[in-house]
Amino acid sequence: MIRLSLEIGQTQKPEAILFYILAPLSVLAALGMLIVRKAVHSALLLAWVMITLAIFYIALDAAFLGIVQIVVYTGAVMMLFLFILMLVGVDAPDSLTENIKGHRATAIVAALGFGGLLISLIGRATLNHVSVGLAMANEPGNVQGLASLIFTQYVFPFEVISALLITAALGAMVLAHSQKSAGARLSQRALSSVRFRGDSLANAAGLPSSGVFARHNAVDVPALLPDGTPAKNSISGVLTARGDVQDSTQYALGSLPKVDDESGDK
Amino acid sequence: MNSANYLYLSAMLFTIGAVGVVIRRNAIVVFMCIELMLNAANLAFVTFARINGTLDGQIIAFFTMVVAACEVVVGLAIIVTIFRSRRSTSVDDASLLKR
Repeated sequence: MIRLSLEIGQTQKPEAILFYILAPLSVLAALGMLIVRKAVHSALLLAWVMITLAIFYIALDAAFLGIVQIVVYTGAVMMLFLFILMLVGVDAPDSLTENIKGHRATAIVAALGFGGLLISLIGRATLNHVSVGLAMANEPGNVQGLASLIFTQYVFPFEVISALLITAALGAMVLAHSQKSAGARLSQRALSSVRFRGDSLANAAGLPSSGVFARHNAVDVPALLPDGTPAKNSISGVLTARGDVQDSTQYALGSLPKVDDESGDK
Repeated sequence: MNSANYLYLSAMLFTIGAVGVVIRRNAIVVFMCIELMLNAANLAFVTFARINGTLDGQIIAFFTMVVAACEVVVGLAIIVTIFRSRRSTSVDDASLLKR
């Protein structure tokens, strides 16, 4: 009897191989989330962690949850994160310097203690238990089994959580909606007066366009001023913040061709 | 392989998420770390469902996903609002109570 349940408790060999390949990868990706500087890279690493979790769910006989994990998390939630990053995060670099002294070291030591506590507790708690397996519960099919539970025993929590979802959607609409006041926008006349009656006429004719004449005209190459220095205001500020600006001096002519003197003869 | 290995993985991911919440200062990355913690808890639920041989753990994990989606929607709306007024998503800049 005990032998039999022990055999059920042990998972199949392919699953063990899957686990030992994917688990280190997901832990590495999760650690990378903490280390990488750009929020976009963190988002992509988190998407990878979520995909590995979806694979684990399917391996754990939770096929429905695995698919929902991919659709909801890597599909909807991560896309939402990336949209918000595009809205706010591009020119907001994350500084990794510490404001509180010893903050990071303390956090890591506390986390090691916490993780050690969790893992040792799990080790003690499940040592003598054997897993039953979901073969019986999944007998009519995973989706059917879940549905028969959700719509009978868990129908009230299900309704409550749908109310929560609607409330959250309404709340997000209220929070993110901005009422632009009509007077806040400058009129064309006011804009024109700022441009031509301001302190300097440097930008009166418009900002310089990007690119080095006849050599390179991409938007990430700053124009060269007559003295050979790159013109910073010829490229978008977003590109500067992302660090995607190319060095335009490499497209400058190395040596200027000799200009004929006034006499004009060759 | 014992099913408890999934629980160890879940504990590690949860801990990593907790560290991220504490040490990262970009509010969006902090949110992603909270998502990681919720996902780790979900993995534990699904594993316990198999250990116990019932589907209740999977249903709780399903509810957790819905709650996480709500949390992300409201949280990101708050981040957008804060960004609109302060032009920053760093959690250190939103210290109204201190000053």
